[in-house]
Amino acid sequence: MDVSLKMDEPVAESLLDTTNQNIVSQPVDRVEGPLKVSGTARYSAEYKFPGLLHGVLVSAPMGKGRILKIDAGSIEKLPGIVTVITDYDTFLRNPAQGQDEEAPEQGVRDVSYFGQPVALVVGESFEAARHGAQRIALDMRPDEGRFDFAARKHMAEPKKRSRKAQGDLDAALAAAHATIDAIWTTPSQTSAAMEPHAGIAVWEDNKLTLYGSYQMLASDRLQLADALGLKPEQVRIVARYVGGGFGGKLGISAESVAAAVAAMRLNRPVRVVMTRQQVTEATVRRSNTEQRIRLGADAEGRLTAVAHETITANLDRSSFSEPASASTQFLYGGQARLFLNSIVRMDQLLSASMRAPGEAVGMLALECAMDELAETLGMDPVALRLRNIPARHPMDGLPFSSRSLAECLEIGARDFGWSDRDPRPAQRREGDWWIGVGMAAAARSNMLIKSSARVMLAPDGTAVVETDLTDIGTGSYTILAQITAELLGLPVSSVEVRLGDTDFPPSSGSGGSFGAASAGSSVYLACESLRQEIAEKLGIAPKDLVLTEGMARHGNVSRPLHEILSGPLTAIGTIEPGEMEEKFVQAGFGAHFCEVGVNAHSGEVRVRRMESTFAAGRILNEKTATSQCLGGMVFGIGAALTEDLMHDPRNGAIVNHDLAEYHVPVNADIPALKVRFLEERDEKANPLFAKGIGELGISGAGAAVANAIYNACGVRVRDYPITLDKLIEKLPPA
Amino acid sequence: MRPFEYHRAGSVADATTHAASGAARFIAGGTNLLDLMKLDIERPERLIDISRLPLDAIEENEDGGLRIGALVSNADLAADLRVRRDHGVLSRALLSGASGQLRNKATTAGNLLQRTRCYYFYNPALPCNKREPGSGCSAIGGRNRIHAILGGSAQCIATHPSDMAVAMMALSAEVEVMSAGGEGRRLPLAELYRLPGDTPHIETVLNPGDLITAVLLPAPLKGRHIYRKVRDRASYAFALVSVAAVIKMDGATIGAARLAFGGLAPMPWRDRAVEDVLIGQSPSSALWNKAADRLLAEAKGYGENDFKSVLVRKTLASVLSDASVREI
Ligand SMILES: Cc1cc2nc3c(=O)[nH]c(=O)nc-3n(C[C@H](O)[C@H](O)[C@H](O)COP(=O)(O)OP(=O)(O)OC[C@H]3O[C@@H](n4cnc5c(N)ncnc54)[C@H](O)[C@@H]3O)c2cc1C
Ligand code: SF4
Repeated sequence: MDVSLKMDEPVAESLLDTTNQNIVSQPVDRVEGPLKVSGTARYSAEYKFPGLLHGVLVSAPMGKGRILKIDAGSIEKLPGIVTVITDYDTFLRNPAQGQDEEAPEQGVRDVSYFGQPVALVVGESFEAARHGAQRIALDMRPDEGRFDFAARKHMAEPKKRSRKAQGDLDAALAAAHATIDAIWTTPSQTSAAMEPHAGIAVWEDNKLTLYGSYQMLASDRLQLADALGLKPEQVRIVARYVGGGFGGKLGISAESVAAAVAAMRLNRPVRVVMTRQQVTEATVRRSNTEQRIRLGADAEGRLTAVAHETITANLDRSSFSEPASASTQFLYGGQARLFLNSIVRMDQLLSASMRAPGEAVGMLALECAMDELAETLGMDPVALRLRNIPARHPMDGLPFSSRSLAECLEIGARDFGWSDRDPRPAQRREGDWWIGVGMAAAARSNMLIKSSARVMLAPDGTAVVETDLTDIGTGSYTILAQITAELLGLPVSSVEVRLGDTDFPPSSGSGGSFGAASAGSSVYLACESLRQEIAEKLGIAPKDLVLTEGMARHGNVSRPLHEILSGPLTAIGTIEPGEMEEKFVQAGFGAHFCEVGVNAHSGEVRVRRMESTFAAGRILNEKTATSQCLGGMVFGIGAALTEDLMHDPRNGAIVNHDLAEYHVPVNADIPALKVRFLEERDEKANPLFAKGIGELGISGAGAAVANAIYNACGVRVRDYPITLDKLIEKLPPA
Repeated sequence: MRPFEYHRAGSVADATTHAASGAARFIAGGTNLLDLMKLDIERPERLIDISRLPLDAIEENEDGGLRIGALVSNADLAADLRVRRDHGVLSRALLSGASGQLRNKATTAGNLLQRTRCYYFYNPALPCNKREPGSGCSAIGGRNRIHAILGGSAQCIATHPSDMAVAMMALSAEVEVMSAGGEGRRLPLAELYRLPGDTPHIETVLNPGDLITAVLLPAPLKGRHIYRKVRDRASYAFALVSVAAVIKMDGATIGAARLAFGGLAPMPWRDRAVEDVLIGQSPSSALWNKAADRLLAEAKGYGENDFKSVLVRKTLASVLSDASVREI
């Protein structure tokens, strides 16, 4: 049976609170873990096909220009070269944004950013193809490019409909007892997922199968079909395992279209794997930002004015602009408000969504501004935040669906020992190190996206779940197995979850932290429908049915499933967002507390301790949820201290395009981090009562580090990342 | 990667003769060379695999020093008891470099001859005099946060990335070389490297076919051995600045001082005049500053790397105060 639910009303009761199987929320190990650690989980580029050819993308060696000629003849004689595929119209100029239903901008004759893929060299081996791609003669006419953000930012154009204003900001600031007006800058960042963008295209019987590394298969399929002029039914995408995405794989990118064009022309399967350099130069980045924050507060620390204006960069005609004020808009009160995003047009790779687009960098600014305001007011930063938690959304007046921000702040502060802090900077010294503590709030909007799943229950007490959701390393396989096991009364090991295939019912995909709640709800609905069918067969009310250990029980009668079912039962569940997201502000919240050491001589910063408390509705699996938060916190530490995708303002090149020089944190940078979840249920969010968690951990994390640095050594750096060169001359005498 | 011939050397003589002609390269651990070949930066026509030659022993010399075979891995060298006991600065420098996996594979000679980490050297799409002589230096006027403030030229300001070599420089190590003609020679490590001048692509005095067979450490240096590496993250990052120091106190004054620096120059940097400033003096911040003044007399920043002057000054001061604590 097909069942669907539109979230127009709160869900009165979640079965997960009544089935009592004690499976959901438990820290169940990843069901696919053994496959991954034994190397038998098959990632996209690892499928084997007879006659497989290898393609390597040719990267434009300049930031702006026009291709006059790509001379295939220049490499045809090299050993192992099969052909050079050029298709100036079809190849992608840039990757697609997530959830778009059409192809992104196509056409590569004009080069719009350094490293733009312009052709594909196909060889009998990867090495041969790479050699060809490095040697091929490109005749290009270089053009004047726009590469210098600093020189161009005065030309930023306001983004349509991004302006939101309320009250008289100038008057409120003028009347305020204390104000903050400062600019924070954050650099470009790259997702740096371990698995590069990789795909194998197989063209057979007028149908294309892409073994690809993407996050949102339903829309990726539409983008790919549109790019190639195929009907969506002619395209299938398979992505059983994805080695990380962080937004970098939301939409399709150059490698899949190039592989498909080649496979269709050559009638052989073609594999294209981007090099790390290509992933860095030609997929997506998080835009650098310049954020001006203005805050005004009265003498009691109540905010009266909040303004957050952001300048970002993007390619011509790409409208995405990092929504840095996303959580500023609802986190704290204050009557006078202003939010605005502007875009500087640059000839640099596409800016798009990277983990927690908006909050990840917006809170680096907002939560440091709050720290500065607390200091100006002589208030404790935790108290300042507690004082400013608004009763309702400060602009549209909507209530919050659930919000445990105050509890996170209070419990987090207590567990961390916040009250021991000396608010005066540069007071604590251990050996060569200044020690300091800092904190920040966390907030990340919750979303629900239409999602479907099929659940089949067999008489032998096994179940199969199918949906095109991807598991990008987050634990999707495991939580869907847990939800099914919980609701159908089976052990987790009796549930097989099949993901990552557009032949399965379309899901939300993985992105925006909405995968678990959206796809999980669709599985929930399908299971609920199966429970109803079983109850009907037994002639009892569904609420009287207990499913446990492969048995159906009601009253004191207990019967094995195979006695009740003559064949497998199947249901497709579909969840859809509804009025609940218009009537309520939905978000996850948290609080980060952090202790750092700043070397008194060199200015090196090392995080010594970080403890974060989150509330995000029901936690579906404590272990995978904890891992998500840990990963987010590590991301936050990277954003605060090391990550900086460096552009050359003269030619548009990304100079540190590999992981040796683009510094993500390594193990030695990360102390034992602590994550704590508070109990919460959100009946307005979805039937699971869960909210998104993947991006909550990063939101605010880096600001806690920055605030701790100030407390340690008395230097405020508003230009991320906070590397030692920005501290060294301002440190107190060693 | 360009196609290349492969020859596995059966002996030192076999290795040097095969390497003497054409664009040949020795391959030891391959941790640097292979990366560069894949990126089409190193383009050898022939690889001479020396990894099976019997050059992996650490032996004691008559003078009490050590003879370190060219193929001794960075991990083995760092863990060697004699190195840990008598040449602590070297063991510490090795352990601060790269990662466990890389140190298992990386060799002593390969480490000395690893190439710069200049961003532009690694990007064949951009000008670089070291990679493509005469094409220009992208780092000057470009992104040069990690570049040299000493010893550079208008043609190149790349730094030498090794930690190990900095410690060896402080220890006055020598390099043993076998030429294609079968002649062995010894030269101080300081004389192995050449500053870029007008020919940044020529980094050493080695001739085609010259094989490094060993590094010689003189008799142990008494005193405090410190290797301090300052970097952007706690591990797995090259030095922004590093200081190798061996300081021997003589009562209340400094009896002997050895100092070498990484991250500052196109070669591991040792300036005896800086050591001379210290010898016979009693420890004080004023003295450390005088030493830094001497070191930085000819320093030149290029914008993003200006901070290195301050950084090395402060790092040197902290290393020297730690190293000059009076022995009890
Ligand atoms: C990610 C990463 C991080 C790193 N971090 C650090 C770091 O923090 N600090 C640091 O010091 N190093 C670091 N390294 C560099 C590492 O130490 C070097 O790659 C390694 O020491 C090179 O040794 P190898 O034996 O692998 O050399 P190979 O790659 O085999 O050779 C390097 C060069 O030396 C030549 N050569 C090798 N042996 C001989 C010989 N006997 N005679 C003549 N020529 C010879 C080769 O022809 C080649 O030109 C890092 C490397 C990587 C990849
Ligand atoms: S500093 Fe040296 S290695 Fe770097 S770009 Fe200039 S010439 Fe090339």
